[in-house]
Amino acid sequence: MTTRIDTRFADLKKEGRAAFIAFVTAGDPDFETSLEILKGLPDAGTDLIEIGMPFTDPMAEGPPIQASYLRALEAGQTMKKTLDLVRAFRKGNEATPIILMGYYNPVYHYGVEKFLSDAKTAGVDGFIIVDLPAEEDEEMCLPALEAGLNFIRLATPTTDEHRLPAVLKNTSGFVYYVSVKGITGAAAANTGDVSDAVARIKAQTTLPVAVGFGIKTPQNAAAIAAHADGAVVGSAIVDCIKDNLDETGAPTADLVPTVLEFVKSLADGVRSARQAPAAD
Amino acid sequence: MSELNSYRTGPDENGHFGIFGGRFVAETLMPLILDLEHNYKAAQQDPTFYAELDDLAKHYTGRPSPLYFAERLTEHCGGAKIYFKRDELNHTGSHKINNCLGQIQLARRMGKTRIIAETGAGQHGVATATVAARFGLPCVVYMGAKDIERQAPNVFRMKLLGAEVVPVTSGAGTLKDAMNEALRDWVTNVDETFYIIGTAAGPHPYPQLVRDFQSVIGRETKEQMQEREGRLPDTLVACIGGGSNAIGLFHPFLDDPTVNIIGVEAGGHGLETGEHSASLAGGAPGVLHGNRTYLLQDEDGQIEEGHSISAGLDYPGIGPEHAWLKETGRVQYVDATDSQALDAFQLCTKLEGIIPALEPSHALSHVLRIAPDLPSDHLLVMNMCGRGDKDVFSVAEHLGVKLV
Repeated sequence: MTTRIDTRFADLKKEGRAAFIAFVTAGDPDFETSLEILKGLPDAGTDLIEIGMPFTDPMAEGPPIQASYLRALEAGQTMKKTLDLVRAFRKGNEATPIILMGYYNPVYHYGVEKFLSDAKTAGVDGFIIVDLPAEEDEEMCLPALEAGLNFIRLATPTTDEHRLPAVLKNTSGFVYYVSVKGITGAAAANTGDVSDAVARIKAQTTLPVAVGFGIKTPQNAAAIAAHADGAVVGSAIVDCIKDNLDETGAPTADLVPTVLEFVKSLADGVRSARQAPAAD
Repeated sequence: MSELNSYRTGPDENGHFGIFGGRFVAETLMPLILDLEHNYKAAQQDPTFYAELDDLAKHYTGRPSPLYFAERLTEHCGGAKIYFKRDELNHTGSHKINNCLGQIQLARRMGKTRIIAETGAGQHGVATATVAARFGLPCVVYMGAKDIERQAPNVFRMKLLGAEVVPVTSGAGTLKDAMNEALRDWVTNVDETFYIIGTAAGPHPYPQLVRDFQSVIGRETKEQMQEREGRLPDTLVACIGGGSNAIGLFHPFLDDPTVNIIGVEAGGHGLETGEHSASLAGGAPGVLHGNRTYLLQDEDGQIEEGHSISAGLDYPGIGPEHAWLKETGRVQYVDATDSQALDAFQLCTKLEGIIPALEPSHALSHVLRIAPDLPSDHLLVMNMCGRGDKDVFSVAEHLGVKLV
């Protein structure tokens, strides 16, 4: 099977540049504003979109994404509405891959088979489920593959040589390298370490390797994009959303343009990374 | 009820008790829990590990804890013979120390140099801070900001013991959020940190190892009852939050079919009000904190807050082995409300001169419910898993008494 994710990475490879991957939470700060942001992301230079499925207990998230999940839940976001959001986005965009990211319980509660089927119909291309390691592949990873959807696995600094094959085994679409030991929004990773880790993973897979956690500025994004097939930014974007809420928590008129402008600066950072010939 | 040869063989190699349990953690933690499992297996083969643990249990904790015949409560009920397994007499005042000593010995074996824990009521936090002090390891305890307010004496105890108590304001600021925060710390400090989980929940192998370290309660009970009455007890009763004291008492008896086993969840204001912590009675299977189990959750799979008068039972989940024991029918699960627990608390204090913690007061409330209808030769054991000193302030408040 070839998914939108495969096609997008293949196209970018031809262009000779890394992907810019933006993360936003579904329904943050509310459904309508969230949809407006999503619709603007491709033109702001986003190559792939990760949409966070809000959860009350996101154990690997730092304060920015925790807060964005709670904002979305308070605004009434549900799993069903998250799929509605994707459906609405797809009406105007058939090409940009959408990856749903989150935690297993809301999916499990929805029913895995039903969720996979509804997500596919809505226009979702893949999933990142933080608390489903390779050991639990039978829960959702294998059913997703069977349904023709990508299941993107996280590799981390604690994933050693010995464990990496198990992590890569059923991964498809791309590999998401978590560049730091820690939670989202943590301190930036050392570029040299990231470059070594990406090389280590690439030695064992032909899949693209995207890097996330700790990337906050266009400069960070450019540094990472020089060594990886993609750079993911999440916490910095949702913080930008938070910074453009008024004191009642409602979005200000500046919110959407400010967020998209910030996204554009990050995307430009990624695009600038390999203007000089790539190191390899 | 399914017919199994044994209820004591779980979990399987992937940490499953039936469909429950498992290893639902972020990849960063996966190598750590595999390493823990590997080290625990090695420790189980090492007689010196158990010799040291037994020595600590005897001279530090004060084990074995007595099996006490509660004569006046028995008279009051006029039915079954009521015994208390007195784990409230342990050092630090609850059963929590049994598990903490076991886990810190594992941490030392693994060369870990920093201890973290979550706590709700503070009993597990105090027990963890205690063993960390005993072995000279720095200790960080995550505690919900609301619980810090409710449990000031335990917060001060932990600080005296040298632990750093970190208030958790994320989410609702209670036990489940403290556990999230401890997991976030662990993901960040993977190399040197050992996470001492306080209840028989979390990713495999935690539910198993906590159960194993707490099973000393049931093993002693079996021996002591044999000594006193020459036979097995007829009924066991224990309270359940995450369920570590209960599984500790129950597990050695699971394959004794004549023993009737009952777990008592916290009914809060009553199941019908929706304000309770009875995950088995009022929840549904789900995945949280590394394991599949029964959880309090809404129709969208979002986790709901538990409510109980007892901060130690105030958790929206339950250990996965209990979830399985419920489904197989081997253990019966019931609940007791806040006010029923308060009544039992007062009765026990007046009739036995024992101030129970609010947690076992829930178990006691069920004992008071069933004992009168049982014959006088019926042997009933309740796990008195904690003492009530920590609760006197909140009980005073509930009774409308102003202290100081």
